Amino acid sequence: MKMRGRAWKFGDSISTDHIAPGRYFHLRSNLPELAKHVLEDARQDFAPNVKPGDFVVAGWNFGLGSSREHAPTIIKLAGVSAVLARSFARIFFRNSINIGLPVIAVDTSFINEGDELELDLSEGTVKDLTNGKEARFRPLSPQLLRILEDGGLIEHIKKHGDIVL
Amino acid sequence: MAGKTISEKIFSEKSGTDARAGDMVVARVDLAFAQDGTGPLAVRQIGKLGFERVANPSSTVFFFDHAAPSPRQELSDDHIFMRDFSSKTGAVVSEVGEGVCHQLVAEERAAPGMLIVGADSHTCTAGAFGAFATGMGSTDVAVAMATGKTWFRVPESYRVVLRGRFQKGVCSKDLILHLIGDIGADGADYKALEFSGDMEALDMESRLTVSNMAVEAGAKAGLFPSDDITRKYLEEWGRGNAFREIKPDPDAEYERTLEYDLSAIEPTVSKPHRVDNTALAKDLSDVKLNQVVIGTCTNGRLSDLRVAAEILRGKKVAPGVRLIVVPASRRIYLRAMEEGLLRAFVEAGGLILPPGCGPCVGVHQGVLGSGEVVLSTQNRNFEGRMGNPKGFIYLSSPATAAASALTGRITDPREVMR
Repeated sequence: MKMRGRAWKFGDSISTDHIAPGRYFHLRSNLPELAKHVLEDARQDFAPNVKPGDFVVAGWNFGLGSSREHAPTIIKLAGVSAVLARSFARIFFRNSINIGLPVIAVDTSFINEGDELELDLSEGTVKDLTNGKEARFRPLSPQLLRILEDGGLIEHIKKHGDIVL
Repeated sequence: MAGKTISEKIFSEKSGTDARAGDMVVARVDLAFAQDGTGPLAVRQIGKLGFERVANPSSTVFFFDHAAPSPRQELSDDHIFMRDFSSKTGAVVSEVGEGVCHQLVAEERAAPGMLIVGADSHTCTAGAFGAFATGMGSTDVAVAMATGKTWFRVPESYRVVLRGRFQKGVCSKDLILHLIGDIGADGADYKALEFSGDMEALDMESRLTVSNMAVEAGAKAGLFPSDDITRKYLEEWGRGNAFREIKPDPDAEYERTLEYDLSAIEPTVSKPHRVDNTALAKDLSDVKLNQVVIGTCTNGRLSDLRVAAEILRGKKVAPGVRLIVVPASRRIYLRAMEEGLLRAFVEAGGLILPPGCGPCVGVHQGVLGSGEVVLSTQNRNFEGRMGNPKGFIYLSSPATAAASALTGRITDPREVMR
C-alpha cells in the first residue's frame, strides 16, 4: 500500500488536548464539525488548509493523554492519510489502528514542512521526494496490519466474524 | 521458565493461554465502561458492529461525570442517547451526581485479579486493587461491551520498589509526580508499572492516586499486589468477599527496576504544560494563583479532603483566589458533609461542586481565563486541558493545594501545617 502527500510538521508531545480540545467536548457527537478544529491548539493553520492525502509528521510521544478516539478519528476525517512520528502514546496508537488510520513510528527529523512524501506501509519505507532522503521502519505486526487493512476493528470483526489475531 | 508478573497472571487466566510479555491475546473482560465523553461513540460503534445487545449488561456501565450536570444541549442529548441504549440493553447508567467513574469503580466494582477496560485513560486507577485495568478508545470498549472480550498485547513490566515512609506533609501524589518527572511522560510507554516494597506505607486511597497517574508516564497499567489493606478497603465498602490474593511470582521477570525512598520525597509540583515538568513546591513560591482545585479522580477522596480541610479550617483563602472543591463521589460528599469538611471549605471561602470531573476536562465549572494560573490536584496539565489554551495549569497534592489557597501562591504545605 503506497501513499503520497504533503508533510505538515508538528513538534514533540502533541497531546489529545491539542488534537481535539476539551472546549469542543460538545461537538463529539458531530465529528465533521469537530474535525474543523483538528490540531487547532498545535497549529491554527492546519485545519483550514489540510488536503486529502496529506501527512501529519511529528516528534516524540504523539497523542499522549486522553483515550478520546475522537482525536485520531478527526485526523482521519480531515483527509490525513497517515501520521508519522518518532513515537506514539499507547492509547492513541491503538485507537488509530482500530479506526483504520495508519500510524508509523519512524525517524521524522529529515522531513521538512511541506515536503512531498511517499509512504509504503508493507515495505516499511518513507521517502522524502523533495529532498531525496529516505527512512525505513519496522512494518506493523501482521495482526495489526490485518486490522488496519480491514479498515479498523469494527470492519475486521464484521469480515471475520470475530477478532482474528 | 521464569515466573509471572501480575499482568502475565491475569492475562493467562483471562485468555486461557500461557500469556507472556509481548504475546497478543484475546481475553475475557470482567468490566467494560465508558463515560459521557466517550460513551456515545461507543454506542454508535456497537450499532455499526450490528449488535443490539451487550454481552454482560450488569458489567457494562455508562458513567455521567465529565458533563455533570450538563452545561449544553448537545451534551444533554448525549446523556439521553446513552440512557436510551442502556434501557434497551440492560446496561447500567451511573447518573449525574453519582461521581467520577474511577472512584465509583473503586467503591462498587474493582477487585483483585479482574480485567477491566474503560473508555477513559485513567481507567488504570483500579490497578490499586491488583486488577489489570487499562484505558482504551470507544471502539475497543464497544467491542468489549458487545462481545465480552477484546485483544491485548501483554505488556512488559517495570518493578517500582518503594522503601520507607513519607514525611509529614508529603503523600502519594508527590511520589507519583516525582516518579513521572524522573522517568518522563513516555518513560513507561506500553509497559505495566508494578509496585512492591513497603506497601504498608500506602493505604488504598493513596494507591488509587498512584495507579490513576500511571498513564501519565505512558504506562498501560499501574498495579499493586493485593494485601490486607486491599481486603480491609473492600470490607469497608461491603465487598469483602471480592478479595483474593494476587501477587507476582518471586522469579517474575521485569524489564527495569526503579527504587524510591519515600522519606526523601518532598512536596512536588508539575509545571505547565507537561506532567513530567516537575519541580519542588518550595522552589515555586513566586507563582501566583487565580484558582485552586481540590478533587477529581486523582485526589477527590475522603483522606484528600481531610488533609485539605485540616489546613484550611478556621482560615481564609487569599484574596483573589477561587477555591473549588470536587468530591469524587456522592458517598464521599456525604461523608465529608458528616465530618464537617465541607463546612471548613465553605467557611474558608471555597465552593463545593457536585461529585464528578469538575473543571479538569475543560467542559464546565471553572474554565480558566486567558493568562490565568491554576493549581489543581488533578492529573493532567496539557495546554487547553481546562478549556483555554492560554491558561496555565500546575498540579500538586491536596496538602500543597490547600496551603497554596491560603497564601495565593504555590506553597510547600509544611510551611503552614501545625
